[in-house]
Amino acid sequence: MSKKITIEPVTRVEGHGKVTIKLNDAGEVTDSRLHIVEFRGFERFVQGRPYWEAPVLVQRLCGICPVSHHLAAAKALDVIVGAGTGDGLTAVGDKMRRLMHYGQFFQSHVLHFFHLSSPDFLFGFDGDPVTRNIIGVIQENRDLAIQGVMMRKYGQEVIKHTAGKKVHGTGAIPGGINKNLSIAERDILLNGADPLNADKMVEWSIGALEFFKGYHKANVKTVDGFANFPSNHLSLVREDGAFDIYNGVLRAVDTNGNRILNDVDCQDYDKYIEEEVRNWSYMKFPYLKSLGKEKGWYRVGPLARLNVCDFIPTPLAQKEFEEFKAYTHGKPNGMSLHYHWARLIEVLHSAEMIRDLLNDPDLQNDDLVVKGEKLYKGVGVIEAPRGTLFHHYEINKDDQITLANLIVSTTNNNQPMNTAVNLTAKSFMNGQKEITEGMMNAVEVAIRAYDPCLSCATHAMGQMPLEMTLINEKDEIIDRKNK
Amino acid sequence: MNDTIKFKIDSQEIVAKKGQTIVEAAKDNGVYIPTLCNFEGVKPKGCCRMCTIKVNNRFMTACTTPAAAGMEVENDSAELNDIRKSIIELLFVTGNHFCPSCEKSGNCELQAFGYRYQMMVPRFPYNFPQKGIDASSPKIIKDQNRCIMCKRCIKTIKDEEGRNYFAFQNRGSELAVVLDKKLGKEMTDELAKLAMENCPVGSIIYKEIGFEKPIGTRKYDKQPIGSEIEV
Repeated sequence: MSKKITIEPVTRVEGHGKVTIKLNDAGEVTDSRLHIVEFRGFERFVQGRPYWEAPVLVQRLCGICPVSHHLAAAKALDVIVGAGTGDGLTAVGDKMRRLMHYGQFFQSHVLHFFHLSSPDFLFGFDGDPVTRNIIGVIQENRDLAIQGVMMRKYGQEVIKHTAGKKVHGTGAIPGGINKNLSIAERDILLNGADPLNADKMVEWSIGALEFFKGYHKANVKTVDGFANFPSNHLSLVREDGAFDIYNGVLRAVDTNGNRILNDVDCQDYDKYIEEEVRNWSYMKFPYLKSLGKEKGWYRVGPLARLNVCDFIPTPLAQKEFEEFKAYTHGKPNGMSLHYHWARLIEVLHSAEMIRDLLNDPDLQNDDLVVKGEKLYKGVGVIEAPRGTLFHHYEINKDDQITLANLIVSTTNNNQPMNTAVNLTAKSFMNGQKEITEGMMNAVEVAIRAYDPCLSCATHAMGQMPLEMTLINEKDEIIDRKNK
Repeated sequence: MNDTIKFKIDSQEIVAKKGQTIVEAAKDNGVYIPTLCNFEGVKPKGCCRMCTIKVNNRFMTACTTPAAAGMEVENDSAELNDIRKSIIELLFVTGNHFCPSCEKSGNCELQAFGYRYQMMVPRFPYNFPQKGIDASSPKIIKDQNRCIMCKRCIKTIKDEEGRNYFAFQNRGSELAVVLDKKLGKEMTDELAKLAMENCPVGSIIYKEIGFEKPIGTRKYDKQPIGSEIEV
């Protein structure tokens, strides 16, 4: 008898998601979908508000990566207040924002890897769910857990000193920033007592990478074979091709590494990218217009960024990047669990960047804001921890927002996550007599590799237990399992 | 002739100058009585009722009641503080006060009272009004959903000829403080900034410079409203 399996809600993921998997009479997966079932509506209710409110209002989309929304909106509004398209700010404005952004990258990636994903590696995809969580990590590997917690804390401290508070600050304003970094704040972050200082964070970032590489070496088949599929990749890169998460041009490559979007201006993003609406999810499906809906979808995020950029402009991360690229002989990497590898290389790069920025005297400058001739449309593109983030605003002559379009990282990864879910479901469930909790978790592992944070496109509230429902062709429930 | 009188607030002896209101006398003696519509330099009206006290066991407004010798005033009591809290809650539910995205946050008296009186969830249902925004002035935005109609702007923002920039419009539930369209277009920077400063909430916003003060340096970031008076 054919069945439909529903995993709802998906756990250890920020936001509310549901997975349905259809099985035919032979027990083979015929179709699967990751549904985003909540609607948030920020693009609508920001309309009518004064434009300078947007960076503070829209960041409320998320509690993990609010800085990304804060900065993407501020960058869009830089254009509107005549401060240019990314390179027009003062040195202190640009560098304070970058420091804030690297602080967030650091804490968010650490949260993603240590708190949400490491339990799957430490205890196995089918480990006991009672211990397969961050509490279990603390009990099993105390040092690793403490490092994760303290690294996240350090990132949050960087945000606090640049944005005013750890979550939902106000540091970036149109045309610049509202504070510089005092000498006292710099010294706290640079030379704080162990472990909360920049050098220790670099050291621990290397350790985290070694942990993952050790796991990879011992589990090559799982890590490389899990949801491995070819795709296009899209990312922001600096104009010289360097890895850059704050400013640059848009570049996309296909599965062979050929450029399919060649360093285009972010202000023109809507010439190249379109979103498709499907009636079973609140999350849209973006694609490159030139390739169409079927072939134009792409991955974003750590894996995509390393597949797209030419080099990383800090020495330790560059060394790791070279090893990462050599693993696929320079070709784009399509292995979903390698997202974590790429993510940890970005953690190292962020730690290096934080250390370098803290040593930069420009952070103590006082020329905080730049303004020029006002425009009525602005686009801000930034690399959020989960991937490329687009903010597009238009205003009227009375300074009220008339249009807002946000394409968030999660949305950009919609089709890849669906593909990963499908491959994982087939791999773990095809022909199985019984659907186990471990199989269900494997599907979630695929989602978590991309994004533990669906709240940008959805709505996050508390803990989310997993529910899986088996449904036959007539949509009758024949079995139900809860985690 | 003796120009001072003595009375008591919560059993504490207060020495007041003749002609002072209870609020003024309390302030001079380091006793805080909360006020919202009351504003220095403007004749008090007692319309917001935040300064409600009990004088000889009768409810009075401290901003309009002259101090008199021998008065027994009750101020910082559970009953009166709950009345004040309920006033704050009513103001919250009759407007749309979304502190997280309001640039007056940290400098807002209504928000500061919310913290002072430990308002968690209002006891009244939210109205979610849709009163709109007047953004037609090149200098300010008047957000009607945040206006608590304290009249401070009406009383303090005038041009050199004494003409009001703000005025009441309509009556009853339709009552609104509106900006004179013609004068609003000619508003100076100084007056626009003063209007924002005098507004106790985020209803009057000076245009294009938002969130300029970093968190930690705003008026109520470090200490609660009233602590500048309390001894």
